[in-house]
Amino acid sequence: MTREMTGARMVIQALKDQGVDTVFGYPGGAVLPIYDEIFLQNDIQHILVRHEQGALHAAEGYARSTGKPGVVLVTSGPGATNAVTGLTDALLDSIPLVVLTGQVPSFMIGSDAFQEADTVGITRPCTKHNWLVKDTDKLAAVLHEAFHVATTGRPGPVLVDIPKDVQFATGTYTGPKPSASHYQPPVKGDVEAITELVAALEKAERPLFYTGGGVINSGPAASQLLRELVESTGIPITSTLMGLGAYPASGKHWLGMLGMHGLYEANMAMHDCDLMINVGARFDDRITGVLSSFSPGSTKAHIDIDPSSINKVIRVDIPIVGDVGHVLEDLLKIWKSRGRKTNAEALVSWTRQIDDWRKVDCLKFAEDKKTIKPQYALSRLEALTKKYDRYITTEVGQHQMWAAQFLNFEDPNRWMTSGGLGTMGYGFPASIGVQMAHPDALVINVAGEASWLMNMQEMGTATQYKLPVKQFILNNERLGMVRQWQELLHGSRYSQSWSEALPDFVKLAEAFGAKGIRCSDPADLDDAIMEMLAYDGPVIFDCLVEKHENCFPMIPSGKAHNEMLLGEADTEGAIQAGGAVLV
Amino acid sequence: MSALHIKKGSTRHSAYNLRPTFSDVQERHTLAVLVENEPGVLARVIGLFAGRGYNIESLTVAEVDHTGHLSRITIVTKGTPQVIEQIKAQLGRIVPVHEVHDLTVEGPTVERELAIFKVSGDGEKRVEALRLADIFRANVVDSTLSSFVFEITGAPDKIDAFADLMRPLGLVEVARTGVAALLRGD
Repeated sequence: MTREMTGARMVIQALKDQGVDTVFGYPGGAVLPIYDEIFLQNDIQHILVRHEQGALHAAEGYARSTGKPGVVLVTSGPGATNAVTGLTDALLDSIPLVVLTGQVPSFMIGSDAFQEADTVGITRPCTKHNWLVKDTDKLAAVLHEAFHVATTGRPGPVLVDIPKDVQFATGTYTGPKPSASHYQPPVKGDVEAITELVAALEKAERPLFYTGGGVINSGPAASQLLRELVESTGIPITSTLMGLGAYPASGKHWLGMLGMHGLYEANMAMHDCDLMINVGARFDDRITGVLSSFSPGSTKAHIDIDPSSINKVIRVDIPIVGDVGHVLEDLLKIWKSRGRKTNAEALVSWTRQIDDWRKVDCLKFAEDKKTIKPQYALSRLEALTKKYDRYITTEVGQHQMWAAQFLNFEDPNRWMTSGGLGTMGYGFPASIGVQMAHPDALVINVAGEASWLMNMQEMGTATQYKLPVKQFILNNERLGMVRQWQELLHGSRYSQSWSEALPDFVKLAEAFGAKGIRCSDPADLDDAIMEMLAYDGPVIFDCLVEKHENCFPMIPSGKAHNEMLLGEADTEGAIQAGGAVLV
Repeated sequence: MSALHIKKGSTRHSAYNLRPTFSDVQERHTLAVLVENEPGVLARVIGLFAGRGYNIESLTVAEVDHTGHLSRITIVTKGTPQVIEQIKAQLGRIVPVHEVHDLTVEGPTVERELAIFKVSGDGEKRVEALRLADIFRANVVDSTLSSFVFEITGAPDKIDAFADLMRPLGLVEVARTGVAALLRGD
């Protein structure tokens, strides 16, 4: 199918042909022709954000909760530079985004024109790939290639920079032809390597699955295969922050999240296992702790679609390059064909060892009759919302870690958090994107007051589109994680880590036409949460919590998995000079 | 030495070509990278080296297939085996990169570099420079009564050796192209 049309119309046509139903964006001079085309059609809904960073995070929320690419449309110059944080966030968490930016007319590029920025130059290191299109005839092919690149192989953000004259000019539109691209990363893993892993799995005495966001990115089938594999082998499973929900938290082999603020049983199992099966995770520094004592006795297998993830930080024994879903399918097939063997006897004592670790009850916290403990707030939120098909986003900091510890995820694509980049201000716009994709679902952003304020302008977006996103703010009037590190590492000198001059969140909600709820008494908390859930519209829930609570368990910087701090009593002198330079 | 059991040829990327140890020894590798000749592709490659802290000892680039719009980038880099493998894998991730070849591993190779040297002086030094140039098969491409410009091609160490000899004889300036390399044989 080829047709003559303007570049601006091609953009809309390409989005339609790619099955896009929602675009997050903000207009400006260099994208006006495209906005004109948006005005003239009804197939694609445009969500007007209040800041371009919000558009990016909203698109990320949309993408993470649907598995489809998120689409963003912003103008040149400041529109594009405001997109940089979201692009980097999506790059580090492997989230497919297609970002379209306007550019000054091609004949003015390089002249320091009004709202000109070298967008492809600025975004080259923070996109999977980007294009500057100078010829309308090439625009359609580039747009289709952009969707192909964003969603193929390891997903990631791409950007297409479109000068205004290219939007006005007429050219020939061509439909999607994904096979035309030379970019076709292999998805099938090497069968010999998979067989080697099966052989290791059959013999292992203390095997462990360590899964990550790659399982979720691979699609729902990968999560199903993972569940089948875990259930039929009986091998315990832990997950990174990014992988929560791939295996259900209610599953009997679930150990909870691992890593710096992961569960004791998960980290101890990582340290002591003899076969580690990494499925779509990347040995991030939040996971490994100090590399020299990372799981010293284990044979390590690593399934990853990105060859550069393999042996990047941890040397692995059985590398398998391929898509998680495809590899797990082959793995199961081979394991079954060889007689479904495991080292059952050893697994029994391994499970018993893990059960002993579970008894430490590492998430226990001291409840308080007068003050809401953040852990208590989240355990109540969990109890009162678990019957819903619930989508959770978070900001970044202590609340994020507590949410990962205390909220349980039964399915993939229900948990949206900024893992790699750690972007404060991510959660609120992300919750908007999630709610757009799932209009009838319960969407809660678990936030800290400091993070939340970073993108609070999106209240306008939430109320304009009547999006009933619940902003559950654990308000400790502190930058809690910064404060915790200052306490542990910098002699309790709390430099700039308190939230002075906070707004009245209830009045703030009302000023935007939303509902505000404040709660400071543990006795009122359940009723207040129920009130939030019952309200059909955006809610800011200002939950005043204990101001000096620290997040435990914690692997201090420079320490190993079996050197966790379980509570305040363990913190004295826990981090030495060598660890203090680490973040 | 076979700790990794990695099967070669399962992917065009490097994970299957890993050498077994995480050794600290710095190795010098010549990489040939075939890329789509589109705007910014060199910036992507150089940006990767700068952003991830890898070394570039020399770099040459030119379009080698005008109909297919493919350019060949030859990069000489130094690093531990693990860093070299990362470099190759990271290069392989760049979307317009079609192929990454580690010529040092796939070798043996022919490596050639072109250099031009300006040497000025008179008397016995001038005669000696000309004599050495002849031994090194360097051509005189410019001459005045007090200077020569020599053109020389060869492996980088030959050019280094020529530079060492010219220095006491009045070496003024050097320009080198960087390495171009191909595998020997079929």
